[in-house]
Amino acid sequence: MLELQNVSFQVPGDASGQKEIIKSINLKFQDHTFTAITGPNGGGKSTLAKLIMGIEKPTSGKILFQGTDITEMSITQRAKLGISFAFQQPVRFKGIRVKDLITLAAGSSLSTSGACEYLSKVGLCARDYINREVDASLSGGELKRIEIATIIARNTPLSVFDEPEAGIDLWSFSNLIKVFEELHETSSNSLIIISHQERILNIADEIVVIADGAVSARGHRDTILPELLRGTESCKYYQQ
Amino acid sequence: MDEIQKTLLEQVAGLHELPEGAYNIRANGKSVERSTTAHIDIVTKEDKQGIDIIIKPGTKRESVHIPVVLSQSGLTEMVYNDFYVGDDCDVTIVAGCGIHNCGQQDSRHDGIHTFYIGKNSHVKYVEKHYGSGDGRGGRIMNPETVVSLGENSFLEMETVQIKGVDSTRRTTRAKLADHAKIVITERLMTHGSQNAESSFEVDLDGVDSSANLISRAVARDDSRQLFLAKINGNNRCAGHSECDAIIMDNAKISAIPEITANNLDAALIHEAAIGKIAGDQIIKLMTLGLTEAEAEAQIVNGFLK
Repeated sequence: MLELQNVSFQVPGDASGQKEIIKSINLKFQDHTFTAITGPNGGGKSTLAKLIMGIEKPTSGKILFQGTDITEMSITQRAKLGISFAFQQPVRFKGIRVKDLITLAAGSSLSTSGACEYLSKVGLCARDYINREVDASLSGGELKRIEIATIIARNTPLSVFDEPEAGIDLWSFSNLIKVFEELHETSSNSLIIISHQERILNIADEIVVIADGAVSARGHRDTILPELLRGTESCKYYQQ
Repeated sequence: MDEIQKTLLEQVAGLHELPEGAYNIRANGKSVERSTTAHIDIVTKEDKQGIDIIIKPGTKRESVHIPVVLSQSGLTEMVYNDFYVGDDCDVTIVAGCGIHNCGQQDSRHDGIHTFYIGKNSHVKYVEKHYGSGDGRGGRIMNPETVVSLGENSFLEMETVQIKGVDSTRRTTRAKLADHAKIVITERLMTHGSQNAESSFEVDLDGVDSSANLISRAVARDDSRQLFLAKINGNNRCAGHSECDAIIMDNAKISAIPEITANNLDAALIHEAAIGKIAGDQIIKLMTLGLTEAEAEAQIVNGFLK
């Protein structure tokens, strides 16, 4: 469903020239799979997610989605083809209400009860939120859950979540796990979730480890997860 | 009234037909329709252009519409409207001006609205400005609002100018007695080579009086805007002004907030922020399938809603 062929991404570095954030990555994601991407901070995970959505364009290489070359496509074109993206730090808007954002995400006129359903799925009492503005009056955790609700509302073949757990409290985190499990079980859509959390890695079909801009390990969670947890350092890191 | 005037009326007052309650409709310099009620009287001034709107004490849940429409190119007028609102009232006043100019000469409406609001009253005042027509003549409006707010009274003032006014200078001055409260919300969008100036001056004279001035503005193309907000805290009081503006293209915006505390217990705050649309806002909406232009329109519409 999604294929990255020799994808590299460089940014201007110091005097010595270019800094390579993503180094010739090759990855294939199958239909109806739940892939978790993990690895150390600064390893290139978020950049990879942005390359998939088109927020960044690769310096070289190709990205194919459902057989179509999307490398040169804009964010809008990719969104229309069926890719969704949940921001690690969701954006705030003055004057745009939660209902407006969810309606835009759903792509059609949505009844209040329809919009409420998506909010309930992410553990927000819909009545309290539906007419609130997506502005600074919302806490980081609330905003994050609204962000996830917009992705559920889009219901696209591929959804990419960039660290969905960041800023979410423990109680909500358990619900979040359920949301992802349900998304995976009840539809044929694919999920790519960037995460450091063992509990998320634990429900993925497959884990990809990205370090220093390259794929350092990839495989079924039963193979990769024990390896990740073996080292004392990484154990603390992934279970924190 | 002709079709153009009817369209203007719909834009500035939301009216498809004659409103309920009291009204005075002024078209091309003349009063064309008027209705009064048992509690609200409208009287033509004899010494100058304009009307007196007299609202009896105790008038509740009534409204007055006094829209002005100009469709004759080159017409210039200066109108004085005085509102006398008695004690213990709860009323809505809808004013507004629409100019359609398809000629070569400037059309201009200047109006001074003076409010004398008694005690314990609640007044909602809505004023919309709109311009249309493709003539080279300018569409100019200079509204002035002067408010004297009695003890324990509350004025909610909403001003909207979204389209088509080439030049505007808005002046609002208010004096508040004890426990009086004023909330002013301004929404403004300028485009082309338009020029808009908005200046507020509020004197918080009464004990526990309060003011909140909120301006949301968008300037696009080569337009210019100037926002001046002055709050004087002359007693134990609370004042807040906020100018939030989006700048686009080659537009220019200045915001000059001024707060003066003349009393130890005056609590005054001002905030002003001007910036272009945040790139990540556009990106977020594009990830929902909107084009860049659609995303921009959605952000501006939400901001001015």
